[in-house]
Amino acid sequence: MATETASSAHTFADANNAVHWFWGKLGWDIFPFYDPLILGTFIVTVLLAISVAGLVLYKGWLPYLWNEWLTSVDHKKIGIMYMILATVMLIRGFADAVLMRIHQALASAGILEFLPGYHYDQVFTAHGVIMIFFVAMPFITGFMNYIMPLQIGARDVAFPFLNNFSFWLTLSGVVLIMLSLFVGEFAATGWLAFPPLSGLEFSPGVGVDYYLWSLNIAGIGTTLSGINLIVTIVKMRAPGMTWMKLPIFTWSTLVTNILIVASFPVLTATLALLTADRYLGTHFFTNDMGGNPMMYINLIWIWGHPEVYILILPIFGIFSEIVPTFTQKRLFGYTSMVYALCVIMILSYLVWLHHFFTMGAGADVNSFFGITTMIISIPTGAKLFNWLFTMYKGRIRFELPMMWTLAFMVTFTIGGMTGVLLAVPPADYVLHNSLFLVAHFHNVIIGGVVFGVFAGITYWWPKAFGFHLDKFWGKVSLFGWVVGFYVAFMPLYILGLMGVTRRLSTFEDTFYAVYFVAAAIGVFLIAVGVIAFVIQIVVSIKNRDALACDGDPWNGRTLEWATTSPPPYYNFAFSPRVYALDAWHHMKEHGATAPKDGFVPIHMPKSTATGIVLAGMMTVMGFALVWHIWWLAAAGFIGSLAYGIFHTFNYDRDYHVPADEVRMIETGQSQPAE
Amino acid sequence: MSTPAHPPVPEGGFDFFVVDTDHQDHADHDTTGHETGTVLGFWIYLMSDCLIFGILFAVYAVLGQNYAAGPSPADLFEIEKILLATAFLLFSSITYGFAVINMGQKNQTGMMLWLAITGLFGMGFLVMEVLEFEHLWHLGAGPGASAFLSSFWFLVGTHGLHVATGMIWLIVLMIQIQKHGLTPENTRRVLCLSMFWHFLDLIWIGVFSFVYLTGVLL
Repeated sequence: MATETASSAHTFADANNAVHWFWGKLGWDIFPFYDPLILGTFIVTVLLAISVAGLVLYKGWLPYLWNEWLTSVDHKKIGIMYMILATVMLIRGFADAVLMRIHQALASAGILEFLPGYHYDQVFTAHGVIMIFFVAMPFITGFMNYIMPLQIGARDVAFPFLNNFSFWLTLSGVVLIMLSLFVGEFAATGWLAFPPLSGLEFSPGVGVDYYLWSLNIAGIGTTLSGINLIVTIVKMRAPGMTWMKLPIFTWSTLVTNILIVASFPVLTATLALLTADRYLGTHFFTNDMGGNPMMYINLIWIWGHPEVYILILPIFGIFSEIVPTFTQKRLFGYTSMVYALCVIMILSYLVWLHHFFTMGAGADVNSFFGITTMIISIPTGAKLFNWLFTMYKGRIRFELPMMWTLAFMVTFTIGGMTGVLLAVPPADYVLHNSLFLVAHFHNVIIGGVVFGVFAGITYWWPKAFGFHLDKFWGKVSLFGWVVGFYVAFMPLYILGLMGVTRRLSTFEDTFYAVYFVAAAIGVFLIAVGVIAFVIQIVVSIKNRDALACDGDPWNGRTLEWATTSPPPYYNFAFSPRVYALDAWHHMKEHGATAPKDGFVPIHMPKSTATGIVLAGMMTVMGFALVWHIWWLAAAGFIGSLAYGIFHTFNYDRDYHVPADEVRMIETGQSQPAE
Repeated sequence: MSTPAHPPVPEGGFDFFVVDTDHQDHADHDTTGHETGTVLGFWIYLMSDCLIFGILFAVYAVLGQNYAAGPSPADLFEIEKILLATAFLLFSSITYGFAVINMGQKNQTGMMLWLAITGLFGMGFLVMEVLEFEHLWHLGAGPGASAFLSSFWFLVGTHGLHVATGMIWLIVLMIQIQKHGLTPENTRRVLCLSMFWHFLDLIWIGVFSFVYLTGVLL
């Protein structure tokens, strides 16, 4: 009898082990039944996904999507996919922002705390991670991908397949972070996941693991994309395009990608060490056994500060293209712009410690980093003056891109000045981790990156699609974003000066409520801007015939305007030869027109499904690692390795477009193939 | 410095549209075989990888003496065996160099022979490393024993994983050369792997002097 009981208990334990072996940490408790807010979002998202998938299948769009977009190695299509991804994630990240503003307004007024603390912590972490990694980064990568090869007269990037693969790795990170919303939980640690809080002891759940695998997979994609774009600029410039004839946006792309290649490996290594702490029981950042949590803070900011400039430098490049075009003058101080970019590139590595003056490195170290931080404002200031001097006595056309630029110049200057205040170590001791800091970095990221992204979208949209964006809804969007920004974030400066710290979900005192309510009103004004942006796109697509334009709608100055809108898939039938800075402007002065005969076959890369398949397997691997499903992780790893090797056995990766087809497209006898 | 807004008209006038596949086309060239961006791209990748090792060395420098009352390098490292492993790896770099020389002389058989010898040396190095890790594990000096051992295992292990990757690449490449001969693609791949292999050698010299030699001397 006794032996029978023992053996049945034994069998039960075996079955339990088998279940655990197969499912890892997954169980029925992962679904968010406990929280009506998440459950509602979950149901809506699933329904939305099913209906979109159903529509695509019903309409028979899948082969078109697969052949022309998902497997495409065309830098223009990949660029557009990055932009779509970023826009979708902007809406997700913005929803998080709305939640936080409503929560803080209600909580500070003592009315209601509708998000529990652990949920609120996940919301602000997800907001930060998504907005930096999956909104701002895809936006700038999208611009660099689409515009830079056109500006240098190339037909694609240096490694078209790698480009496609990078995009899918980024999407892989997005998939993991979106899954964490519904399957399990996300990190509740803040966007940089500082240990020891993010260590196993204080974050035993899967949230930090989602964070780590999502960012590691996406980070590899970013590094590869950086290498790709550097080689493109170094090797594939049109004949005659010497370094000081490079369009300024391409210069900013080069500098940005050097920063990416020289900083993202640091992120990869740092996150790998934290991963080892959580998975292998190492002691890099633990409190015990000789670990050193402050080393993580140092390492992550050695990546983190260059990252800030990775986001803003391409945006500076965008503004440097827009201002000359819409003032109809050449850029004032081109050479100083180039040097300013390079100086910022170097200085951005010498300031990381200003993120944690309060760590207590001592007065000497803090002074050094305070001073280097202040020095960065000099090249940045030079850029602002250059834009102003370009506008001086120019014939300014107030089109949408120029309006966004003006909004940027005012807003970013304010943000820059509060940044210099924070660079003073004694002041930082008071303001560290306060809402003043939150207001500062939103001031430069919204006022800089976001405004720049919208300026760039309205500027290059006609190039990408052959029609303008609707001006009225564009103005509504501009109004919503600009006014909304000031209403939402100026109160946070005041709150920060009064000592309110960041990331609070609960308040003892209703004194601050008025400021938080004002900030909440601001976020709704920004919501007007976001919605108007979506309406703008829909309205413009509907009216595309009325808004149609030719290849050079803005009277542009650089080579991307020398081809049709949208450009043919090979970009240029002939290579433009460059004699001057602002090559296209120079060509127009001399009445150059593209030849209509003498076409030669064009060498192009073939589409491939390898990128999406590999990234898909790596997503599975990441998910399995998060949930400790070891067999599936091993399968995902071995699968992607084997498929990667299999891909190298394919030597048939390119083809030639016949000269006849080029002639048909160039002389307008056939539409460029989509 | 900056180019003038109105450059002088060259003799014969401006020629704005030309045929120039050397610059305009992506790096996967099928026929021409001239120097493409791949070597440069791979070089930049190596530099980014070097940065990863740089971080791991820095972490070792910070944590390498946090023994947490556990063993220190002098207690653990068997420097003679490490020296043998080092010799394996350094010789494999030389033999890879011979393979590249043979490739330059279009001697495919000789090249394959030297690549195989390189692979054997690489395998020898990996075996030595696995034996060392096993030895440490049995002594209770696993990666979780102290911050020193965490950083040691991670640095040496990352290098070992790179060598293992190089081994897989070497085998795949030998199959591809057997199949397709010394095509421009395969030549380029041999050169890229060559850079990778020498790079790992260089990193190992850092590991050997900074971790092992310094460890047993101090």
